Parts: sequence; structure tokens; C-alpha cells
Amino acid sequence: MSMMRGLVLLLATTVVPTMVSAQTYPTSKDPRSTLKPGRFDAGIAISNMKQVSFVKKPAAFDTATGLKFINSDMAFGTHYVYQANFAGFTIWDITDPANPAMVSATKCITSQGDPTIVGNLLFLSAEGAGNRNDCADGGVQDPKDHMAGVRIFDVSNPKAPKLVKNVQTCKGSHTHTLVPSPKDPRTVYLYVSGQQAARPETELAGCKNGTDPADPTNSLFQLDIIKVPLDHPERAEVIPGARIFTGLDGGGECKQFCEPADPRRQAAAAGRTRPAPDPAMPTTPRNCHDVTAYPAMNLLAASCSTHSIVVDISNPEKPFRVDALTDTNNFQGRHTAAFSNDGKKLIQTDEWGGGTGPMCQASSMIELGGNTVITLDAKNKQTQRGYFKLPSAQAAEENCVSHNGGIIPVPGRDLYVQGWYQGGVDIMDFTNPDTATEIGYFDRGSINPPKLIDGPQPPPGTPEVRGGGNTIGGSWGAYYWNGLIFSSELDRGMDILELTPSAQLSANEIAAAKLVRFDDYNPQSQPKMTWPAAFVVVRSYLDQLVRNGGLSSNRTAAISSGLDMAEMKTGAARATALNALAQQVDRDVAGARDGARVRTMASEIRRLAAASR
Amino acid sequence: MMAPRSIIAFTVVCVLAGASSRAFAQGGMAGMDHSKHRMGPEIVVPKGALYTKADIEFMQGMIAHHAQAIVMSRMAETNGANPHVLKLSRKIDQSQVPEIIIMQQWLRRYGQFAPDTASWHDMRMDGMLTDDELKEMSEAKGVAFDRLFLTGMIKHHAGALKMVDDLFKSPGAGQEVDANVFANDVVTAQTAEIGIMRRLLSQLPPKVKRPPSHPRSVSR
Repeated sequence: MSMMRGLVLLLATTVVPTMVSAQTYPTSKDPRSTLKPGRFDAGIAISNMKQVSFVKKPAAFDTATGLKFINSDMAFGTHYVYQANFAGFTIWDITDPANPAMVSATKCITSQGDPTIVGNLLFLSAEGAGNRNDCADGGVQDPKDHMAGVRIFDVSNPKAPKLVKNVQTCKGSHTHTLVPSPKDPRTVYLYVSGQQAARPETELAGCKNGTDPADPTNSLFQLDIIKVPLDHPERAEVIPGARIFTGLDGGGECKQFCEPADPRRQAAAAGRTRPAPDPAMPTTPRNCHDVTAYPAMNLLAASCSTHSIVVDISNPEKPFRVDALTDTNNFQGRHTAAFSNDGKKLIQTDEWGGGTGPMCQASSMIELGGNTVITLDAKNKQTQRGYFKLPSAQAAEENCVSHNGGIIPVPGRDLYVQGWYQGGVDIMDFTNPDTATEIGYFDRGSINPPKLIDGPQPPPGTPEVRGGGNTIGGSWGAYYWNGLIFSSELDRGMDILELTPSAQLSANEIAAAKLVRFDDYNPQSQPKMTWPAAFVVVRSYLDQLVRNGGLSSNRTAAISSGLDMAEMKTGAARATALNALAQQVDRDVAGARDGARVRTMASEIRRLAAASR
Repeated sequence: MMAPRSIIAFTVVCVLAGASSRAFAQGGMAGMDHSKHRMGPEIVVPKGALYTKADIEFMQGMIAHHAQAIVMSRMAETNGANPHVLKLSRKIDQSQVPEIIIMQQWLRRYGQFAPDTASWHDMRMDGMLTDDELKEMSEAKGVAFDRLFLTGMIKHHAGALKMVDDLFKSPGAGQEVDANVFANDVVTAQTAEIGIMRRLLSQLPPKVKRPPSHPRSVSR
């Protein structure tokens, strides 16, 4: 070995190309790969969107000590954005999106603060061991002061939010998801995911760290549920959780980007002996990171470590598992899910490195730390399809991995806007589940200049870089809400972005998306998107048929002028023209390469005709 | 001796990452004090700090713990690991290098001693492998390597989980936000990886007895 050491020293000055056969990103031309570092003067690269505004964090949270004051997730209500922070939350009035106005910054140590809004109630997840019942700084000195669970704030006066109740749970709340009651509009359920082990029973009665997934007294291996009467939030309480992990097996197989099959393994497959199960070291998850509800479909997609679990929530008090899928070859840290609007596709994200690591470098494995697209059959059984990872090489200084996002309501397409921490904001088109592609992005350079492993310790008194060496920043989540994209920047503040027309996304598609509006929007409680009858909706389908060659160009041109002619008419005359056009389009279905889209366009034309009378 | 490619691989990473050449590359054969569980100056926690001595010891110890995991993972590049084991080992390597930087920065931010990636030679935390175990692994090839790697890394990861458990059991510890998030991330990542390694282990061919003529490479 001493010889080896000598060789190493000798070779240490030699630059040798790539160490492993990892896939690489397109680096040479992508403008995101060479942006200037800086907190507020970083270089910006932007594609197919424009920046409407940027606001800095409120002063109360602008204190650089690691993660203590970072912004986290967002919820949206009327004309307010509720932006959580590990040390409280900010309420922004975005009546004028070009100039968001801070209404209040409420100090309350609550890591990680995952928020949801229902009317005047704001719910915040509390997980950190230093969170106290009284919100104060200084850490938990007496275990009975420890707050782990969900905080409920009354924000009816957004200038002065009031803490109504702390609902304590055994594992705390890393995230929570709102599930409305199908029977009672004044009751909601919070599905709570806790990442930690259960608290000691001396701290909270009834908590237990067990190894049996089926044991009803075991705090682990269950999704916790809080029931909230909206008119009496002080009566919110923990009800029996959902044991969605019971009987789960570790099965699953790699579908794409798999390593070649190992012949030795195959040869030995017949004689394989399985080691006895060790309940202390399960091969299956004992909790989820997050769950996404799609109440209109009575479905929940749970992101649970190695597993993607589909749950039926027809009865929110008795949810049960429908299907589970693993991809142990690649996906190991399932983070968040989203459904396509038709409920036939599912995105699962993988938070490789936990969000604090730089997992989008040129050398980072491309099939880890990204999204996977899954299709659901009629019985909601899952099939894994493609992978997608941010297609730019980020610096070693930039914490980067796929994180939170939401659907952009473009009719006929499945678009997902998403935060990738310092990888920026990205828009993924997953209409084709096998080949998801990027259609837009917004990115800044890293907050700090690079630092190295085993790097020299700065001498005392050296002016320190931002965060005392902490480099964590970027977009926690990016969401489309009422025509704009909102991105919560961990260290800098909040960005508001707007889509701009491009070859990948037309002006009609952008205008159609703007027709979908929600008073309240909690991205992990996914609303069903519907479009009013409109010319831009019809033209969105037409633009898509032009883009994908789904219908011959002479027919798309004819339909386009037919729509223009109809739009110049009014009332019954317009309806007559549209119905005639719809009949022509019906005849196009058979010969079209994308007949399904042509058929949908015909029905949208009829819907517009009906609305024109 | 290992094939030159492996040495190059080690070296490139060290150069790229700016690590000292001693850090990961050395096989762990130097004289070692097994009784030693921490290094560096005496820990002083300032009054009013949100972290405790246990947090400092956790970060310092986990640097050594991670550094040894990286040494183990890089053996897979040259020892004929099966493709699934190789992929997992690369994931562990790419995951834990940046985590070491996070821990070093955390310690420096609070003016505490930050061990380097050579510290695994001198610190023996829960689940870490002995010199003999490392040597045996470095000399094993193919399925034998896979088995030693998976059993060794499961033990190693279980040790990390115990370190986190001990941290949270220590009065007042694990509250500082960065330490809290980091410790939880260790649990999330390594619990999942243990599950995967147990699956990979169950898929290995049955154990084959060595031919009697083949001398045992390790005496224990």
C-alpha cells in the first residue's frame, strides 16, 4: 500500500479525464452553466419566460446563519402569497404583481414550515427539534415546550396573524397535505408526513417506535391524519392514521437507464436464498416525505422513500393503498408527486442529497435527483416510463435537485413548472411520458463562489462569505397561479415570472392557461383544471397540431381562417359558423396523425358554438 | 496492488475535489489508535449557543464516518462489482462528498475544529470497518466483493443511524436547524439505501466455498 501512496502523490498533479462513466449534461452551449455568482448581482439566464418582479426577503428573516432563516414553500389565497420561512412566514399582497407588497412578516421558529391556506386559516408544518410551542428562539429547554406537528394561524387580519393552536403529532410534520371532506365543506383533513422517529412517550403520550408495520399502536409505518373543523380550529385533533405500508413488498424493477443485466445474477437466480427479514432494517419505507392529493379523482400519490404509493381517499378518514411501485435502481428518495390534469399520469420527484447537495453537476448521475413519469391504468396501477433531469450542468457550489412544482393549465398538454433549488425554475413538458422535455427556464448563478472539500479554514477575522459558508439557496418551489409563476427563493426572496410565446409554447396556449383561475391554491392539494369555452382554447389545440404535425398543414390553415371568420361574427351567426367548422373538423379525424387531438378540437369548437348563442 | 486505473480514479477525484492526497486514497494501514474516538482540540461550547457538545462530536465523527464510506465505495470501481452495486456505490460517493463539505462548513461557522477526509484513519465511529475488514474488501473481487461491500456498508449505514439516534437522545442536541436538517437527511438517505442493499444482497448468488489451494488473503 505504501507503493500506492507514492503513485497517488505522483499522479496527484496529473489531470486525467472522467473518473466514471456517468452521463454528462450539455454544458458547452447552455447559458446556465457559466453564470456569475452573487447574491443580488448574480448572472441570470432565462428562456421562454420573463421576470415580472423580484422582492427581497423581509428584514426579519434576512439573517445569514445557515438554514435558520431560509424561505420554504408557498400557498396562495385571493390576492395573497403565503411564503413560509424556517423562522416564520411572510404574507405578500400581489394585487400588483410588478410590485408585491409585504403585508406582514410573522416571526415563529417553525422549520420547515410547509404551508397550506384554507379561508382564514394558515397551517404550517413543524418538524425541527428546536421548534417551541411559543414560537420563540432559543431552543427547547424543557421537552414539554417542544412543538412538532402542525401550527394553525388565523390570518383573517393578514397584518397581524394569530396562533390559534399547535397540534402535536408523534413524528412531527415534515410536510402536510390538505384533503377536503367530500361530505362537509366546513371540515378538512391534513395528511401529515413525518420523517423523524417517534418522540419519546414521556414527551407526548401514545408515541411508540415499533418495528411491526401492522401494529396499530406503532407511530411509525403510518400516515398521520389531523381533522380540522374550520369553524372551530381550536378543536383540531389527531385521528387514527392510515397504515398504507402494511404488507408492502420491496418489489419493483428498473425500466430505463438501467445498468446491463448481470449474467452472474441471472445464472444464480434459481438458487437464490433470501436472508431472514430483519424488522429493524426494513426494505420498505416506514413513512412518506410528502403526499399529493387529487380530491376530484379521490386519489392521493404518496412519495415514500423507495416507493411511489397510490392511495384511494374516497373516505378521507379511511384511506387505503391501491398500488405501490419501486425503482430501487434509480429512485431512492421520492419527494413529491403531481398528477396530470386527466389523472392518467403521475410525476414523482427524487430529492437526492436532501436539497443541500449539488446534485446537478456535469458529473452527477443523470438518472438520480430528477423526475420520473409514471402512467396510471384504469385501475390506477402504475407503470414507470421516462426520466427527466434539469438539462444544464450546475456548479459544485449550487445545491440542486428536483423539488416542488405544479401543473401549468395548458389544454391538451401536460406541463409542470418546478423549482430545482439553485438549478433555478424549470418547465417540463411530460405530455409524452417516455420523453419529457424542457420548454423554459429561469436560473441565477450561485450565491457564493466555490469552496472545496478539505479546503483551507479562513483565518479569524476574514470577511466571511454569505451564510458563514452556507451556500443553500435557489427555488424551493415554483407554481403557476392565475397567470403567473411564483418561485420561493430560499435565501434571496420571491420571484414572479410570466410565460412568453415561443416555438414550444404559443400565445394562444399561454392565453388559455390564464383562463384557469383559483381563489385558493395549495399545490399539493391539486385542483381539477377546466377551461371556459374560448377561441384561445380551440387555437391551443390547433397550434399543437401544427407543432406536432398531427394534421396536414393545408387543413390547419383552413381551420385557422375558419376560426378567424367565426370570431368576426357574433351571437347565432357565430354559433352557426362554428358548428359548420366543427363538422368539417370531424371529417379530419380519420386521416389525421393525431386524430385524438383533432377530435378534442372539434368538441371544443362545438362547446364554443354553444357558448356563443 | 490495485490496478493503475483505480489509483487514477482516486487521484482524479482528490485533485478535482481539492482533497489532500492522503485523504481518501490511503488504504488505512498506518498504525492506528482504536481507542481514539475524537480528534482535535477540546470542544468549547459558547454560552447561549443553540448547539451542544454532542452536536459538535456528531459532525466531527460523521466526517470520518462518511470519509470511510467513500473509500469503500470507490473500491467498487475496480473490484468487479456487479452493475447494481457499482451504481449504488457511485451514488454513495456522489452523495457523501458534498455532505462532508456541509459538515466541515458547519463546524467552521461555529469556530469548531473540522476534521479532514483523512480523519477516518484515526476515528472509529459506530459501524465503521476495521483495517482488516477494509483490507479483505479491497482484495475481494466479483461476487465476493459484492457480498463484503453490501454487508459492510449495511453495517456502516446502520452505524450512522445509531449516531443520529444517539444525537437526538442527548439532552438539548439536534436542535440547531442545520444540524437537525442534516441529521434527518442522513436518516432518510441511509435508511433507503439499507433497504436497497438488503435487496441486492438477497439477489447475490449463493456463497461458494473457496478452493483449498487458494490461500486466505486475510488472517483475523
